[in-house]
Amino acid sequence: MNRCVERLYNGLIKENPTFVLMLGMCPTLAVTTSAINGVGMGLTTTVVLVMSNMLISMLRKIIPDSVRMPAFIVVVASFVTIVQFLLEGFIPSLYDSLGLYIPLIVVNCIILGRAESYASKNPVLPSIFDGIGMGLGFTVGLTSIGIVREIIGAGQIFGLQIMPEAYEPVTIFILAPGAFLVLSGLVALQNKVKMNLAKKGKEVKQTSGCGDCGSCGNASACGGKVFPTGNEE
Amino acid sequence: MGELLIIAVGSALVNNVVLSQFLGICPFLGVSKKVETAAGMGGAVIFVITIASFVTGLIYEFLLEPTGFEYLQTIVFILVIAALVQFVEMFLKKVMPPLYQALGVYLPLITTNCAVLGVALNNVQYEYNILQGVVNGFATAVGFTISIVIMAGIREKIECNDVTPAFKGTPIVLVTASLMAIAFFGFSGLI
Repeated sequence: MNRCVERLYNGLIKENPTFVLMLGMCPTLAVTTSAINGVGMGLTTTVVLVMSNMLISMLRKIIPDSVRMPAFIVVVASFVTIVQFLLEGFIPSLYDSLGLYIPLIVVNCIILGRAESYASKNPVLPSIFDGIGMGLGFTVGLTSIGIVREIIGAGQIFGLQIMPEAYEPVTIFILAPGAFLVLSGLVALQNKVKMNLAKKGKEVKQTSGCGDCGSCGNASACGGKVFPTGNEE
Repeated sequence: MGELLIIAVGSALVNNVVLSQFLGICPFLGVSKKVETAAGMGGAVIFVITIASFVTGLIYEFLLEPTGFEYLQTIVFILVIAALVQFVEMFLKKVMPPLYQALGVYLPLITTNCAVLGVALNNVQYEYNILQGVVNGFATAVGFTISIVIMAGIREKIECNDVTPAFKGTPIVLVTASLMAIAFFGFSGLI
């Protein structure tokens, strides 16, 4: 059981996919115009992640090594299609606001990354908890970005007015540029905290971007021929 | 003709794939350190997206629609794209070695570039025919190339600047992207 708790902690904090690994940036930036969209996208991804981790872990001894990427993609795409229909049928409002980004969960690096680096090598139960941990970590990341953008851009949280009447919302924060700006602010804040920790002599894990083959499941697809990213300062 | 032009300008500049639709952010942040690599990636993306939007358009119109299997589009498209990228890589290696040397390393990365799947799904959603779909795909990829090359140019300059320690690396790149997105708002008057 300890191992399962460790997976949850790992996904939520130690290797948080949004802030630490910087994976799945496309949905992170695109759907976080409001907190509720962030929660919706996060939970949708969590469901797909848990289901695909479970199935891939079950099939890990059956899938031949040479065709594992296509096999993973088929598994993930099938679950995404199922989830898409469920959302369309039961939560149409969320379906409308997420739109194109629901089918695009297929190419979310987090899901293929976890399939490749964890679920394909570990038993079923830890893989499920790994999916839950990573999914919730992603949900927390999306929700916090969504909350910041919604407060500044619309003066609301989850649709409830919290800023006083006199506050003039800065609309640009719920438009495209605001997404980049809020994410850069949050990453910078995290860097600041890390630098303070480093000063005190504690060990810190380096933030990685796309190109960090260790944490990215697509490394096998690109054969590790990736380029250094902007984090080697 | 005019309609095609509007689609092209719309997807390349007004609804820029990276800066307003947030597709293909990973390569946009990851492969934009040098102008040459950025241009190489852009070239490979143009090549693959144009072919992919043609092939997925064909499959949707002649295979999925007549048989009523439209709901399988996500699965079919992603498999077609993955297979296509492999095929293009082998074809280029055999037939056009110089082009393969220029684009080769970028091709495998493109399978997981969400812009490719995004364009294929958008073409279906906007009910474009095959020609419109190909034009849309080509223009979207050109938009991607424009933004990644501009970004790489700016990043080469940022290297020489004195950035606040906390903002070094990814944060300053995101601030740059934000300013570029504001600049691209200027194109919205075009259509």
